Amino acid sequence: MVEANTSRLKERPLSPHLQIYRPMLTMVMSIVHRLTGAALYFGMLLLVWWLIAAAAGPNAYATVQWFMETLVGRLILFGYTWALIHHMLGGIRHLIWDLGYGFGPAEREWLTVATLVGSVGLTVLLWLVGYLLMGGIR
Amino acid sequence: MSETAPRSLRTPLGRVRHLGSARSGTRHFWNQRLTSVANVPLTIALVLIILGLLGRNHAAVVQILGSSFVALTLLLFVVSSIYHMWLGMQVIIEDYVHDETLKIVSLMANTGFCFVVGFAAVFAILKLSFGL
Repeated sequence: MVEANTSRLKERPLSPHLQIYRPMLTMVMSIVHRLTGAALYFGMLLLVWWLIAAAAGPNAYATVQWFMETLVGRLILFGYTWALIHHMLGGIRHLIWDLGYGFGPAEREWLTVATLVGSVGLTVLLWLVGYLLMGGIR
Repeated sequence: MSETAPRSLRTPLGRVRHLGSARSGTRHFWNQRLTSVANVPLTIALVLIILGLLGRNHAAVVQILGSSFVALTLLLFVVSSIYHMWLGMQVIIEDYVHDETLKIVSLMANTGFCFVVGFAAVFAILKLSFGL
């Protein structure tokens, strides 16, 4: 019995993992949620640097302001803003799922798309408000 | 059922290795969710505070950051976020770092990073508030 089944058993994928599945939006966004979380982990250094500089005095604060105004600084800040909003919206989506809602095929796709559209939209909106109404980084 | 039947569901191998329940139940999961819920309003507040600081000079920024309501909001954001990211990075390390020594070192580094960054932020906010 056992020997007869051996050849057939070998054909099976024993432990289906990431490379077996076609990338789906919910799966990609789950990975992005973890990536943005890890990015925000190190992004906290930026916030702390800013707070310490503000507490240290005008010279230290001027250095932070100079860095934020550079192209690299702006790109990092823009990425930080998106990662923060995206992780927050993704977190809300996960809380909805934790409560047992939104698991239908259409619902979970809709929720995932809303997270992506919402995070990009809100980030652009925040930066527009920041530049047009508040005068931007200076 | 003989008299030598095990009284526990744990396997003999598991007992020898001393690996099993950490006796913390779902506390880790729960605290991750608790801080995530707290982080939603706190993050919105942080973004609004930073938006309001754009274009202001150092003196104005210090005055606003040091005011009671803003400082308290920042403190809550930092404490809740640092705890949240401490738990989150722990899960990432446990998922991907399989070498036992490297895993323990990574978990310690995670704790160290969060304490250093967290206390630095708290210290800065308190310094801004009390103007020491």
